[in-house]
Amino acid sequence: MSPESTPKGAAGLRARDTKAAALAEDHKAKGGALAGWLDDRTSAAKPTSYVLKKIFPDHWSFMLGEIAMFSLVILLVSGTILTFWFVPSAGTVIYNGSYVPLKGIPMSEAYKSTIDISFDVRGGLILRQIHHWAALLFTVSITVHMFRVFFTGAFRKPREINWVIGTVLSLLAINEGFTGYSLPDDLLSGTGLRAAEGFIQSVPVIGSYMAYFLFGGAFPGEAIIPRLFTIHVLLLPAVIIGLFTAHIVLVAVHKHTQYPGPGRTNDNVVGYPFMPVYMAKAGGFLFVVFGITALMGALVTINPIWLYGPYNPSQITAGSQPDWYMGFADGALRLFPGFFEFNIFGHPLSLNVFIPSLVVMPLLYTIAGVYPFLESWVTGDRREHHLLDRPRNAPTRTGLGAMAISFYLVLFIAAGNDLIAIKLGLSINEITQTLRVAVLVVPPLAYWVTKRICMSLQRRDRDRVLHGTETGRIVRTAEGRFFEVHEPMTELERWTLVQQESPAPRELSATVDANGLEKKHTLRERLQAKISSFYFTAGVPPVTPAELAAAAHDGSAREAIETEPNSGGQDEGEKDWVGQLHGGADERPETDAYASHEDGADPGPA
Amino acid sequence: MSEQGTEPAGEHLSQPVAAARQGQGQVERQGRVESQGAIPERFTNPGLPPHVPRSADLEENAARRAERQVATLFGISMVATVVFLVAYFAIDPATYQFIPGIGQANLSNVVLGISLAVSLLGIGFGAVHWAKTLMPDTEVSEDRHPMRSSQAARRDAVETITTSGAAAQLGRRPLIKYTLGGALGLVALPLVVQLTGGLGPLPGTELATTFWRKGMRLMRDPEMTPIKLSDVTLGSVFHVMPEGIDLSPHALEEKAKAAVILISLPPAAIQVTKELDWSVDGIVAYSMICTHVGCPVGLYEHRTHQLLCPCHQSTFDVTQDAAVVFGPAHRPLPQLQITVDADGYLIAAAPFQQPVGPTYWERG
Repeated sequence: MSPESTPKGAAGLRARDTKAAALAEDHKAKGGALAGWLDDRTSAAKPTSYVLKKIFPDHWSFMLGEIAMFSLVILLVSGTILTFWFVPSAGTVIYNGSYVPLKGIPMSEAYKSTIDISFDVRGGLILRQIHHWAALLFTVSITVHMFRVFFTGAFRKPREINWVIGTVLSLLAINEGFTGYSLPDDLLSGTGLRAAEGFIQSVPVIGSYMAYFLFGGAFPGEAIIPRLFTIHVLLLPAVIIGLFTAHIVLVAVHKHTQYPGPGRTNDNVVGYPFMPVYMAKAGGFLFVVFGITALMGALVTINPIWLYGPYNPSQITAGSQPDWYMGFADGALRLFPGFFEFNIFGHPLSLNVFIPSLVVMPLLYTIAGVYPFLESWVTGDRREHHLLDRPRNAPTRTGLGAMAISFYLVLFIAAGNDLIAIKLGLSINEITQTLRVAVLVVPPLAYWVTKRICMSLQRRDRDRVLHGTETGRIVRTAEGRFFEVHEPMTELERWTLVQQESPAPRELSATVDANGLEKKHTLRERLQAKISSFYFTAGVPPVTPAELAAAAHDGSAREAIETEPNSGGQDEGEKDWVGQLHGGADERPETDAYASHEDGADPGPA
Repeated sequence: MSEQGTEPAGEHLSQPVAAARQGQGQVERQGRVESQGAIPERFTNPGLPPHVPRSADLEENAARRAERQVATLFGISMVATVVFLVAYFAIDPATYQFIPGIGQANLSNVVLGISLAVSLLGIGFGAVHWAKTLMPDTEVSEDRHPMRSSQAARRDAVETITTSGAAAQLGRRPLIKYTLGGALGLVALPLVVQLTGGLGPLPGTELATTFWRKGMRLMRDPEMTPIKLSDVTLGSVFHVMPEGIDLSPHALEEKAKAAVILISLPPAAIQVTKELDWSVDGIVAYSMICTHVGCPVGLYEHRTHQLLCPCHQSTFDVTQDAAVVFGPAHRPLPQLQITVDADGYLIAAAPFQQPVGPTYWERG
């Protein structure tokens, strides 16, 4: 505050009065008396108009993160209401409610209160079902949103921190899901907790201590339900909301990424303002997501705990399955062979449990979290990126992503090996053995196939730019020749297919320096160059104006030659005819500018 | 933004194409085409596409139609909310009704859920439709600025930090610096120690022992009735608990370790001498707690004499002293030595000789 703005004494007061009066007048003129009152006390006018005018680009895939955001809202609302009836206690009571099959059976208060919510609280079941469906939707949408961000390269500078926050959020979300799933203390969730206790016991040296500390003594004990409740409704939500807020603030600070297209550059953001368009679209979408969750809650039963019965450590149901987001960890546990249990210094080291249950998940998330830093180390790219990559234009990254997803999927399928065996009448042993092989073989295969598909799509883009789009219109010339008319792309259509950069791999600098002395490259430099060439050589460069000009020029020249009456014998005539039918596609060796790139362009699955 | 500029300078696209068509552009015909002369390296961004007005922008009728549609959706939402309120009071939560496609369903849940869904979807679709038909759809472009602050701002920040550090005399008074670091480092300990110290007791030997003692009767679970040897027909299977376990103050915790499965095998099928020795006429008792992660190994297949854990499919062959024949478990299920008491009831001849359940470090 400068001295000028705070006049002292009576004169100052009077001066301020006048000013305030003038301001009030001003507000009235704009019809915002309350807004004026608020701004006088908060100076909110500037940030408000900043937020309301903020531009967001439009694309269906940007909706995935919104689904996650809105299902979080639904979870907070429905979860808060559920806490008014749920009793987080393992104390034993005898059931005497309205669900007849369980009458007279001893059970925990947690289980009883969940049964009561399902049968005796009006509208309780729909809230429980909405809460569970929203939790599944939350984890699904986070995962798919993560895929979108990965495959479009939206994690690149300056968004690496937000990517890391996102991976942490994703990890927290599945743990939040697991703690919530465990609360009702039914047979299925109790079995899940029993397995979790087994995981913790497998930690070398301190496993049994950790288990006793978490469960407050021997399993199951009476401490775990109230502790999980605190973790589920207080600790994890607080952290999730905090990180989520940071996630959103960073999105606003960075301004949203956009897909390449005409008028979109790395230096602008093209879209619609938050107010009114996104207020209505996104606000409306919150209701749509909530509505669909309510519809699922109304029509599809989820987690019917009354059928499972209360937890009893000596009972189990066949086909025990966790919620979907824990599937990959459960699958890893099913696939990991038992011979990974060793004896060291007279102590058992149960790697067959420890690795799949407690190492795989954090490891996968760590790899995901550091990927942006790895990629920028490999590419040497230190620029800001606000234009998204089309996945095909980053074949290696897309391949690596497909590799990770296929690994995850094999583990996920493995978690259902018993159900697959029953439904398809197969041997569970054979399914498990097959999946044990698949978890090692499928990911590299997925990498290779995806990369090849990306390159093919890049080539198709080139083809479309160079030769236009097939119209399906066959034209017969006066001489009786047929050819398909290819519609050249408009400038606007073309731009999306030619805008991308085609970076060259890093090259080692000359081995001889200016003074003629031999220069040794460090191991790091050589490694970097190697990985960079692995990363980049897969790319097919976009069409350049010169190439397009050559194709257009050449095409018309060929046409002129071909329409000459004495163009050759029977064989050649046949060849010409084929060429025309494909709209000049047979001219590839001459006109196709990327022909020369194909040899040695792809090192194959390195 | 120049440092991040990806747009190469170049002329408008239509020019090079036209130039090439007129035969002015010299291009390489072999291999990669090189740009020459007037043809730029790369295409240039053609700029935003022209705005295509929607029917509601052009015709007042279409706009009014859109208005009516939005209002109808909001109206449907209001009606559905009223339906929800009526259903909340009118439908008894215990009413079940056959609903086509679903089967027997809780009527209250279905009606409340659907009416809630419709009232929410009405608002949602209405708002989205409003945005899509009537709100401005002209794309707006906003400039981005690099995240990096200006050099001056960065210098200023560094300077502020260093001068304020200097003003606090942090560098000049190392005694304060190190004692502050030490104090802040230690101050979390009371909370951490309080929490971890109070979380739970130490395991001691609890994991290694079970409720089973020599002479305890094998009781059917959950009926808790003793099992006579004569009741055990060939091929029968019993879930078993030790006598008196339900009276223990920690019944659930004890049951989580003491659960046993009793299987009657033809003695000739048993391939391990110890197993036969610990059995009664081919009736064997094994811990039902999986050695993998502790699920009850509850599925027994008569034909193959194999026990399967439904959690992770570890498979144990009961004729081979419950050795692992498939799956992720490593150790066989521990056997409980049994015998018959004077009244003809099955009893434990000894407690478990090794810890049951999943592996842990102190297990040895």
